[in-house]
Amino acid sequence: MNDFLRVLLLQDHNTRVVMAGACLFGAASGLVGTFLLMRKRSLLGDTIGHSTLPGVAMAFLIAWAAGGEGRSFVLLALGAAASGFAGIAALWAVRRFSRVKEDAALAVVLGVFFGSGIALFSAIQDLPGANAAGLERLIYGNPASLTSGDSMLVAGVCLMIAMLGFVFFKEMKLVCFDEAFAAAGGWPVRIMDLALLAAVVLITVTGLQTVGALLSVALLVTPPAAARFWSDRLEIMSLAAALIGGLGAGLGVLWSAMAPGLPAGALVVLATSALFAASLLGGTRCGLFFQIQNRTGAARRLDREHVLRALFECGRDGTLAVDEKTLKSHRSWHTSSLRRALHRLIGENRIATDPANQGLRLTATGLAEARRIVRNHRLWELYLIEHAAVAPGRVDRDADLIEHAIDPAIVQQLEDTLDKIGNPGVVPANPEARV
Amino acid sequence: MEWTDVDTWIVTAGVLTAVACSIPGVFLLLNRQSMLGDAISHAVLPGLAIAFFLSGSRDLVPLLSGAILAGIATTLLSEAIRQTGRVEPGAALGVVFTTLFAAGLVLVRLVADEVHLDPACVLYGSLELAVLDGNPVPPIVWRMAALMAMNLFLALLFGKELQSVAFDERHATACGLPTKRLRLGLTMATAVTAVLAFESVGSILTIAMLIVPAATAFLFCRSVPGMLLVASLVATAGALAGHLLAIGPLPGLFRILIPSVGGSAWNSAGVMAATTGLIFFGTLFGAALIRYGNRPLGRKNRDRNQPVSTDSSAD
Repeated sequence: MNDFLRVLLLQDHNTRVVMAGACLFGAASGLVGTFLLMRKRSLLGDTIGHSTLPGVAMAFLIAWAAGGEGRSFVLLALGAAASGFAGIAALWAVRRFSRVKEDAALAVVLGVFFGSGIALFSAIQDLPGANAAGLERLIYGNPASLTSGDSMLVAGVCLMIAMLGFVFFKEMKLVCFDEAFAAAGGWPVRIMDLALLAAVVLITVTGLQTVGALLSVALLVTPPAAARFWSDRLEIMSLAAALIGGLGAGLGVLWSAMAPGLPAGALVVLATSALFAASLLGGTRCGLFFQIQNRTGAARRLDREHVLRALFECGRDGTLAVDEKTLKSHRSWHTSSLRRALHRLIGENRIATDPANQGLRLTATGLAEARRIVRNHRLWELYLIEHAAVAPGRVDRDADLIEHAIDPAIVQQLEDTLDKIGNPGVVPANPEARV
Repeated sequence: MEWTDVDTWIVTAGVLTAVACSIPGVFLLLNRQSMLGDAISHAVLPGLAIAFFLSGSRDLVPLLSGAILAGIATTLLSEAIRQTGRVEPGAALGVVFTTLFAAGLVLVRLVADEVHLDPACVLYGSLELAVLDGNPVPPIVWRMAALMAMNLFLALLFGKELQSVAFDERHATACGLPTKRLRLGLTMATAVTAVLAFESVGSILTIAMLIVPAATAFLFCRSVPGMLLVASLVATAGALAGHLLAIGPLPGLFRILIPSVGGSAWNSAGVMAATTGLIFFGTLFGAALIRYGNRPLGRKNRDRNQPVSTDSSAD
């Protein structure tokens, strides 16, 4: 228990350093990932992550051959960066010299570099005295193995990338949304794209120890995708992505400190995915919860307006009480949704049960609202007949589809138009009666 | 370097896997879903781990059903995320497969003590170990042969329909083809292929052989049957040459560079993938050089002087 508290309260210097490095890494990759997402190149991170493997192996081999132990993070990171850039060059070559599409180019480079990396790793395992376990932490990630010097390096690189992203935000936004316009405006689109790719390589390399080569793509993809559920403004989205990335990485590091037996990089990814799931459910732009709320709200409003209109029409302009059976046969609706709508309307004091004949009748406020609704419906019917040349026989259904989605200003405008044609009155007569 | 029975079986299994993967790969490439193979071969890990845990054995049936379920879950989940969040399909796929892969890594570590399971072996697979069990013919050879036969059969059956979906989806829909079901079918076939190959020979060979041979064929083939044929040939050549390099020249070269090393054979699957990549890039640059050599001198200037309308009609 004491250990947990020590970890949670960040009492060790080492935990604090690792935490800071991981959070900064998560935030920077959230920011860069947002641009990648907007450029529709999210899976690029996957290819670059895998393509660092041969470089790591080569760096290890060279260090070993030179007599070193080959476990220095800086050296392996340099190798990883070199082979990440080689991966980008390969991608460029495929796109430049053939008609092969982007997704296939990504898959080809990924497959080939991954294969070469594993082949080189199998060679390393045979080296006498070489400890390949040091390399495993770069494939699967192990934030706890970061020394404070490594963490400083990671933090520095991530800070630099985040600042660059901040400074060139406007330009990147332009390129993301309208590449052709940006090019026409004289912006160096190619160079900016290249800078973005370079940022992805750097992020992947700094993330090698936090999440590992195979999963570094997760922190480039998941935070921006989660941020999509909160906003569709790029400024807010990138901020949210950086926040989610930083938080996810931080939580993951805490989690792995408390569960030492489990692969730490995977825990970082799972923590970020949990934040994604939370965004999917509760996001304010298109989270599931809000979508369901919106949809049921609209359905309820529709039912409510239909019930009020049916009461008005069946009860001779709202003067008579109507029983439920008549209401039900007036439209094709579910008994349960009709009952629920009636209950809600009774609760809002729009309708009341008639004590004399067991029916339902509109109250004064209900009658006023029903009048407005029926009036809108009739206005629409007239409008469709007069202006859209819809046959009177089918105008009721067409008006039904439009009337709920119209705001009062347009109703006013319609009334003015119809007044000129000469159709006054509180509630116009049903035009279908004229047929 | 000494050729033994084991080598024969490694090459046989490698070639069969490579050809079996390259068939759905051609259609994936044409449908612009190339990253699906990589995603599925990562995402099946939790399915395998849970199946290991529940059945407590390495029997094929529970393993396969777990992995296939995970494969199907990947496509369904990413489609659901794409629709709710209106994010690009690649990002939705990325979120799902990285999550599943991470969950799989944790689960494998958790169940590794219960059943004998080496995470690295499950992940990368090892052709060398896979062919060791069973006489006279290792079971994975039969399995991969069956997989290849199934894929070939499916390609013969639905190749034309898939082709028309790949080239003009709207036209295919207008013609009355069940476009969505065809795409789903392709995804399922890829999932089954990736899972079977992954379980037998590991992810490296699967990921590389799904797309690299197809992309090589795409460089110079003009028809789908041609692509299928060339992709199979490239896959065969890559697997064969890869294994030859892995057991002889590469460790030999290594021994020259670093004399103190014993230098046993390299991971065959990895070298097979790399060799197929060499074939791809060789073809790519070869074709580019030939095109460059055939280009008439001064063509660039002539083009520039021509009116715009002629240019666009030539396109």
